Amino acid sequence: MNRLMTIAASICLLAACGEKPQTATGARSDAPAYTGTGKAFAEKNWKQGDKASWESQLKARGANSQNEYQRTN
Amino acid sequence: MARMKFICDAERCIECNGCVTACKNEHEVPWGVNRRRVVTLNDGIPGEKSISVACMHCSDAPCMAVCPVNCFYRTDEGVVLHDKDVCIGCGYCSYACPFGAPQFPAAGTFGVRGKMDKCTFCAGGPETNGSQAEFEKYGRNRLAEGKLPACAEMCSTKALLAGDGDMVADIFRTRVLKRGKGAEVWGWGTAYGSRQAGQPGAKAPEGAKS
Repeated sequence: MNRLMTIAASICLLAACGEKPQTATGARSDAPAYTGTGKAFAEKNWKQGDKASWESQLKARGANSQNEYQRTN
Repeated sequence: MARMKFICDAERCIECNGCVTACKNEHEVPWGVNRRRVVTLNDGIPGEKSISVACMHCSDAPCMAVCPVNCFYRTDEGVVLHDKDVCIGCGYCSYACPFGAPQFPAAGTFGVRGKMDKCTFCAGGPETNGSQAEFEKYGRNRLAEGKLPACAEMCSTKALLAGDGDMVADIFRTRVLKRGKGAEVWGWGTAYGSRQAGQPGAKAPEGAKS
């Protein structure tokens, strides 16, 4: 009985020396921005989830709001 | 779509700090953390120039290269983001960054350095787009709402341009041609690796008039 208990205690002690698996792989992947937020508080000029409409909407927004030559000339 | 980029037009920046305020307000950035700031060169001397500085989302980002826990990632649009759940706040990125972009909030009781915080190009982080968790860690995800960064959209003189690299370069090129000066784009070569007019070692393209 004593021998069994000693063996069990030894196994428990040695188990603490084991190496835990290191599974961390850095940053998680991110959902692409064109998939949208699924909420109403977003620009209405594109369809959430449609990459082409998201790209064209952003380009138009940037060009219209940042290029005053386009607006005044 | 090309890569997302920032351009700050030093000929136009009037040091109003509107971009800084817009950023802090949009993302509810805590005290002591400045994702964006305005730097004035030769302050007080006639001809002084101001530029708005934040993370430039470099093509070959040094912060990504030095991070010991690989917490950075780049989106399809070229925006450099990081995962705060992985960041250990070591500060290596701060030493590597040529723009001084990484910020470290004093989060602990004894002013212990917290997890790194920086400009996200208003693209949030790895949490679900538009979620409360994303907002609390990284701020608003305006790109996923079909909007451009708040700093550039708020800029009163449109000195700060943000968006698709081709689009902002076209806008800047038109300006330079109209005014005939101020072709130098501060930080552009450092961030995106291309030689610009006025930089050391810059060569005029073949057939260009001098």
